Amino acid sequence: MIDDMDQTCPAGLYLDGIFHAYDGKPVVRGVTVAVPPGQMVCLLGPSGCGKTTTLRIAAGLERSSRGRVTLNCQLVSGDGVHLPPEARNVGFLFQDYALFPHLNVAANVAFGLDRLGRGERSRRVDEMLRQVGMDSYADSWPHQLSGGQQQRVALARALAPKPRLMLLDEPFSGLDKRLRDQVRDQTLHVLKSSGVSTLMVTHDPEEAMFMADAIALMKDGRIVQFGSPEELYLRPATPFVASFFGEVNLIPVQVDGGMVHTPFGPLAAPGLEDGQAAELLIRPEGLALRPDPQGTAEVLAARMLGRVSLIHLRVGGLHLHARVPGHFMPAEGTRLAAELDASQAHVYPAEAGKA
Amino acid sequence: MADTELASSFAVRPDPARGTAGCVRLSGWGIAALAIAVLVGTPVVVVGLHVLTPSGDVWRHLVETVLAEYVVNSLWLMMGVGTGVAFGGVGVAWLVTMCRFPGARLLEWALLLPMAMPAYVVAYTYTGLLDYAGPVQAALRAVFGWGSARDYWFPEIRSLGGAVWVMVMVLYPYVYMLARAAFLEQSVCVLEASRTLGRSPWQAFRQVALPLARPAIAAGVALALMETLNDFGTVHYFAVDTFTTGIYRTWLGLGQPAVAAQLGAVLMIFVLVLLLVERLSRGAGRTHHTSSRWRTLPRFRLGPGAGILALVFCGLPILLGFAVPSLALAWWSWQSGAETLFTADFLRLVRNSFVLAAAAAVTAVLVAVLLGYAQRLDPSWMNRGAVRLASLGYAVPGSVIAVGTLMTLGVLNTLSGVLLIGSVGALVYAYLVRFLAVSFNAVEASLGKVTASIEAASRTLGKGAWATLRLVHVPIIRGSLLSASLLVFVDVMKELPATLIMRPFNFDTLAVRTFSLASDERLADAAAPALAIVLVGLAPVILLSRAIARSRPGGGE
Repeated sequence: MIDDMDQTCPAGLYLDGIFHAYDGKPVVRGVTVAVPPGQMVCLLGPSGCGKTTTLRIAAGLERSSRGRVTLNCQLVSGDGVHLPPEARNVGFLFQDYALFPHLNVAANVAFGLDRLGRGERSRRVDEMLRQVGMDSYADSWPHQLSGGQQQRVALARALAPKPRLMLLDEPFSGLDKRLRDQVRDQTLHVLKSSGVSTLMVTHDPEEAMFMADAIALMKDGRIVQFGSPEELYLRPATPFVASFFGEVNLIPVQVDGGMVHTPFGPLAAPGLEDGQAAELLIRPEGLALRPDPQGTAEVLAARMLGRVSLIHLRVGGLHLHARVPGHFMPAEGTRLAAELDASQAHVYPAEAGKA
Repeated sequence: MADTELASSFAVRPDPARGTAGCVRLSGWGIAALAIAVLVGTPVVVVGLHVLTPSGDVWRHLVETVLAEYVVNSLWLMMGVGTGVAFGGVGVAWLVTMCRFPGARLLEWALLLPMAMPAYVVAYTYTGLLDYAGPVQAALRAVFGWGSARDYWFPEIRSLGGAVWVMVMVLYPYVYMLARAAFLEQSVCVLEASRTLGRSPWQAFRQVALPLARPAIAAGVALALMETLNDFGTVHYFAVDTFTTGIYRTWLGLGQPAVAAQLGAVLMIFVLVLLLVERLSRGAGRTHHTSSRWRTLPRFRLGPGAGILALVFCGLPILLGFAVPSLALAWWSWQSGAETLFTADFLRLVRNSFVLAAAAAVTAVLVAVLLGYAQRLDPSWMNRGAVRLASLGYAVPGSVIAVGTLMTLGVLNTLSGVLLIGSVGALVYAYLVRFLAVSFNAVEASLGKVTASIEAASRTLGKGAWATLRLVHVPIIRGSLLSASLLVFVDVMKELPATLIMRPFNFDTLAVRTFSLASDERLADAAAPALAIVLVGLAPVILLSRAIARSRPGGGE
């Protein structure tokens, strides 16, 4: 999907072959990603994968050593051009919100609006504060606000100048779990209703799937897989992608006649050669269990985790985890029949995990 | 998140040094910072280079005659002052932070008061009080019926010992401040653990608290010794020949700038050693702070006898270092009458001092903001180096700065025909060289309060580097800018040797007039300008004591 955008001028944000190094240490190594107009794309990945640096390059806060950045067909970085952040008209939502401590809420939101006339400016401030539900706090000072309120003011401030692009850097990581869900939901609706293209950085796969139209999963400065949340979850390109979206059971297997043999029966292994060592990844929710005295699985332990129950199983010398919806607590030593949902199992060449 | 931290530790860099073309780019900010750094750093470098210049006849003559005396006197002075401030400073710091006795809370900030006194002012005052004609000896003669100086022995204040005593009285607060901070930062648990392991409070002090505070104490002593080496007024008045008096005499008396610079270069070796001690001990000190938890220190309650002893021990430096000299100055000023105070001449002195100090303070803070901001925008090795270069004057004695500045301006004069020597501008330049580090440290620390993301937020909201500085940084750090300028202002008010060497013809300041009146043995007449300096000098002391009060969350017992 990247390729066809390369031919003509792509609207929205287009990062093309971005490289960046800090003091000679490469952190971004050839990242290409597009954010179509009005879409929300997430850069997802573990600590140190270069996702925040990529975001800062899009904002112009860092200058990439190689690659091009275009914004609505305008080249903003690359080929000797570098537009400073103040000339790009992008909104940036910071992890620590970065509200100006010497300005009150209204003045914070008005900060980027000095091209508007006085009356229009205060109308825009009111409108933005109303949109994020902070209109009664216009005269408050940043230190008087809670984390969630600060986040909403920061969002209003970033959106007020009608940016061509919104950039979000872990915008919910400072909030506690319960507040996070609520603020996340509200932020998504504010962004969607403003119709702005958005690139967001997060390390939380659930958050990425909640927010994004498309996810770019990064590792060691490169994009490992780019696609819709369903694609990444259901058709992970590598074991890294599969395990990043949740716990997996990893089983070493051998390919034989285009198949791999598992304790749950043979499984197709397309594109793998006979005799090749392979890895079978099974999501814990891909195992269906039912009581059966002749079953191959033996219960080692069962734990209630809330919405699901986690069952530790021994299947033919392997220790596997299974997740079952609701309350399911078989006693230790119980025999169960385990059935594999093939769509939740993925086979990769063994080397792939090390790449 | 590691990558976030990494990214935010780098400031906004619209034009980084490592560009795509692989060459070093210089922004306007970088160029300005570099130019200023070269301008401010040159005088110190010029003097420093004189270590290498071949020695002339005059230098050889100096080496054969007086150099040994300069070295010996300076070493004795440092030894005496170092010992005095270490014992005095640590002693009072321990008593007021760890013990409970009447007046301890008041003493905690009052112990800073002697900082307001320039050493030379204290020297003049005590000479007036203690010499043969002074009130103390006169009273002794009246009581015991002695006729002349031959009938009794009285310690001579105008001596090396007297100089040590005067400097200990005004310089111990450096050790006191740092030692006190170190004691407060020590984890209470460590001290309590040593108590439960069977140590008495005294043993806990010697075996635990003191070793932990040693880096801070060493840093404080090093600072006090730098001030000792910087002193000109006291040693000149007491006729103790040291490097500063030697530089003054070689420059103005013998008319030998190159030799004066060579003396300055030797003096800078002393300073360099102290600087190294200070840096190393501060580095070590930082690793010691393990506990970030603050808790009211469980103070050891002293009995009535010990409490009175502690009160006397802590009260004495305030009495002798501040109360007695300022009362004497006030008394002498009063006696010489209001007509001397409000003469046109005195008001001109005040105006000159004020104009110089204000000009230097404003310049130093503006330059510090420019340097600090340039370093933030682009923390490349070049900008960091520029800051180092510009801060060189810190700790270099004023007389050395004066020599270096005059030489630099001399070269500038022959190169460009701009004659600055003997102008107010040249003097402000010398102050900038000497005191830029004072304002820069304050400005840099406060710029740290503006986080990288606040800066980036302003940039993404459409404000350029200048507008961001004006709309975000300056309003946020305004208070620190004011205190930075106040520090420079007071330092300039007190500064003597550089002012003396570099002032325009017939241009007197309060400090210069105090010096020249005292040199003419007109101590009573010197009282009014000296008192004015002390009163202005109280401002940063008040600032400091307020900062100390704030640094104690839940400090009330």
